[in-house]
Amino acid sequence: MNTAKSGTPRIGTPEILFGLSVGVLVIVVAVPMLLIFFNAFWVDGHFNLVDVLKVLRQRETYKALLNSLVLSAGVTVTGTIVGTFFAWLVTRTDLPFKKTMKLLFLVPFMLPAFIGALAWKMLLSPRAGYINRFFIDVLGFDGPIFDIYTYAGIILVETMYLFPFVFIQVSGALERMDPTLEESARISGADLMTITRRITIPLVMPSILSGSLLIMLYSMAHFGTVAVLGIETGIYNIPTLIYEKIHQSAGSFDSIRAATVLATVLVLAAALILWLQNRILRKGRYQIIAGKSFRPTELKLRAWRVPLFLFCLAYIVFAIVLPTVTIFLVGGLKTYGLPFTAANLTLANYRHILFEWDLTRDAIWNSISLGLSAALITMFAGVIISYVIVKMKVRGRGLLEFLGMLPFSVPGSVIALGVILAWSGKFGINLYNTVWIILLAYIARYMAFSLKANSAALEQVHDSLVEAARASGATMGQALKDIVIPLVRPGMVAAFFLIFLPALRELTVSVLLYGPTTRTIGVAIYTLNEDGETVYSAALAGIALITIVLGEVLIKRLVAGKSKA
Amino acid sequence: MANVRIEGVSKVYAGRTVLSSLSLEIQDGECFTLLGPSGCGKTVLMRLIAGFETPDGGSISIGDQVVASAASAQALPPEQRALGMVFQDYAVWPHMSVFDNIAYPLKLAQVDPAALRERTMHAVALVGLDGLEARLPSQLSGGQQQRVALARALVSEPRLLLLDEPLNNLDANLREEMRFEIKALQRKLGVTILYVTHDQEIALAISDRLAVMDETGALRQIGAPQEVYENPADDFVFRFLGIANFLPVRRDGAALYIGGSAAPWVGPEPDKHGARITAGFRPSDVLLARGGEGLPGIIVRASFLGAQVDYLIDIAGTLIRAALPSHECLARDLLFVEGESCRVSLATVQWFDGDIVSGARA
Repeated sequence: MNTAKSGTPRIGTPEILFGLSVGVLVIVVAVPMLLIFFNAFWVDGHFNLVDVLKVLRQRETYKALLNSLVLSAGVTVTGTIVGTFFAWLVTRTDLPFKKTMKLLFLVPFMLPAFIGALAWKMLLSPRAGYINRFFIDVLGFDGPIFDIYTYAGIILVETMYLFPFVFIQVSGALERMDPTLEESARISGADLMTITRRITIPLVMPSILSGSLLIMLYSMAHFGTVAVLGIETGIYNIPTLIYEKIHQSAGSFDSIRAATVLATVLVLAAALILWLQNRILRKGRYQIIAGKSFRPTELKLRAWRVPLFLFCLAYIVFAIVLPTVTIFLVGGLKTYGLPFTAANLTLANYRHILFEWDLTRDAIWNSISLGLSAALITMFAGVIISYVIVKMKVRGRGLLEFLGMLPFSVPGSVIALGVILAWSGKFGINLYNTVWIILLAYIARYMAFSLKANSAALEQVHDSLVEAARASGATMGQALKDIVIPLVRPGMVAAFFLIFLPALRELTVSVLLYGPTTRTIGVAIYTLNEDGETVYSAALAGIALITIVLGEVLIKRLVAGKSKA
Repeated sequence: MANVRIEGVSKVYAGRTVLSSLSLEIQDGECFTLLGPSGCGKTVLMRLIAGFETPDGGSISIGDQVVASAASAQALPPEQRALGMVFQDYAVWPHMSVFDNIAYPLKLAQVDPAALRERTMHAVALVGLDGLEARLPSQLSGGQQQRVALARALVSEPRLLLLDEPLNNLDANLREEMRFEIKALQRKLGVTILYVTHDQEIALAISDRLAVMDETGALRQIGAPQEVYENPADDFVFRFLGIANFLPVRRDGAALYIGGSAAPWVGPEPDKHGARITAGFRPSDVLLARGGEGLPGIIVRASFLGAQVDYLIDIAGTLIRAALPSHECLARDLLFVEGESCRVSLATVQWFDGDIVSGARA
């Protein structure tokens, strides 16, 4: 195949693959991103900073910026406290059923936050919320005990779904920390409080910070919760304001410009956060946290053991069980607002949205077909691009890596906006209001997932494995087929599910891109709720939850089966 | 079976010359070792022969077939060179059973199933893996994986077997065992072997002939192991083949002195005639006495290692190492302690021109 590759300037397979990879990433990733900056800063062919400042000085813009900051800061603080506390409980104490608890604390990670927001709206909206009504009607309170349509409400709901970012990082660090570090402090005469304060906390600090920055990144770019809970009382953050601008503008230039300026701010903030996280991780990587798993010393909780266990259970009931049950029950109500009695409950709603109503059936079909196609395309493109990055000694593969990983740090609303700018007729192709524009955005958004999974798998495949096949008499093609592909298949499967499942429940991107017939499940749930079709919205959310949980279980099975072999 | 002829081969990586017009011939059926420090280009030479790299100059033939030639920009891809190769990291395919790993070259050659099974099982037996053929590589020890790699390289009866430091990752016992097995296999099958290593012990033990390569990729000496060991072409080869002591000697008229000192040289007559020459010798060449004839020495360090006693000795400012059999030391009262003086004589000496510094590695 490439018999005379070195020294000869002719174009061979590596160069062709490289060119194709760069081409795909430029069209899918680079062009939309550049168009955002271009539209934000160029007016009538001139660089124009004054207009940008003018947009930023508008009341609603800086209000949204401020809200994004306040909300994400709040969620970061509470999420970090909750995540660190639970991580410590399940790794360093004798809490009962620790293993099960640890798994339960990870459940919120796979549930879409906007569905949670929906559930909490049904429970705690000031007038119609079931809990508030119970307190007012049954217990005779004067007003609602908690109003979810507030900053506190939004922070509460986001915290419940985002704290696992810190929980995962910190419990991982605490598990891997060499216990001799603490033991030697103990031998030196330090008591437990001193050890925790002087040794343990400083050592896991990088993990705490890096997890909390992830919360901040995610919360700042988060659309769903704020859209469900905030819009009613006029609380906008950057993504929801971008959504308003795009939807209400009907394509007016000023609104799009305002949206691109907001998107630029979002991108810059995200870049800053990721840069900080990178620095913290690099500086904080003491050699102390070894890769091996140790058995750390456990703190005896004694009298606190049972109360803390009950507290954890209560938290899980509150954060997972209650909202989930609410979604399913409301989804079964004949009319929203009725009490949950057997007479009021029916399966008709579920039947209606699954088999009768075109809007929801379309949405389910769209989400599944979009998820499948995005996952398949990204999986295969990801293998090829990772192969070029990892295995081929082509100059400029750093550029490929940068382009592929870029969307990882770019919020979904920004990607959607970029795709709108690139594909609504400006360059002769108008995909607006079709599923194709959503597909393009998904590919851009999820490419980084695929590249990560596939590069990791390919790095395991040493060059000598391929060379051994060549020396055994295999052509390059045969070596790829017999050796490389079978070995990276687990990575490809992982990439597929890493993309398919999030795509299935996706809202932030598709809500900016959907047209009359191209709603996704997320968009359908959101718009039905906006239109007051609460029971159908809840029923569809219930079906989405079942699909997601089944999918996650399937993945775990597949991955576990693979690693056992 | 085939000979390998390398003629004027050069290889440049990113502006750095790794090999420059190197020529070498490996005879049909011999076990030939390329011995050199890491990074000297010996693996590059092997990869050029295998076909994973193409030469920037010169040509390579296997048998009577030119497999790579820079002049005509021709190179046969590795899969058409009909050779077997064993890699340093085994490169056993983790997703295939032992049987499938070993059978793969035959499968590619489209050998019919019955013959494939028979030949594969023969190869399995040859490397002593009987009964393990259904296992996955992850269920094997490092040594067993190495045997799988060896069987895979041998199964198609290649004309040439390339071994790239295949014993590096094995522990000492296994290394010795595999060393004997490779040698035995080669005698049985008559295959031409090119073995690449930086371990002089393996090279000396396994080779019919060996070549010593220096850091610049130049060949310093080619010959049979005994020949190279006994008559090293230069101090690099001498140093590379074992622990080397170097003692500078100065010629003043007809008299010989040690280094810059006034102590006279006592020992074998030099065969070099320069004003400054160097005596090279191994620790085992050193004979010690409490008095009488010999070079004056002071014991700097004495270590009892069981079978032998290891001394670090200062001879007129130069440190050398000596290794004496323990029983001899005991029988002849030669158990010195640090600080004692002694007399040193040398059984054999290798003479080199000029001053060569630093022999003993303390």
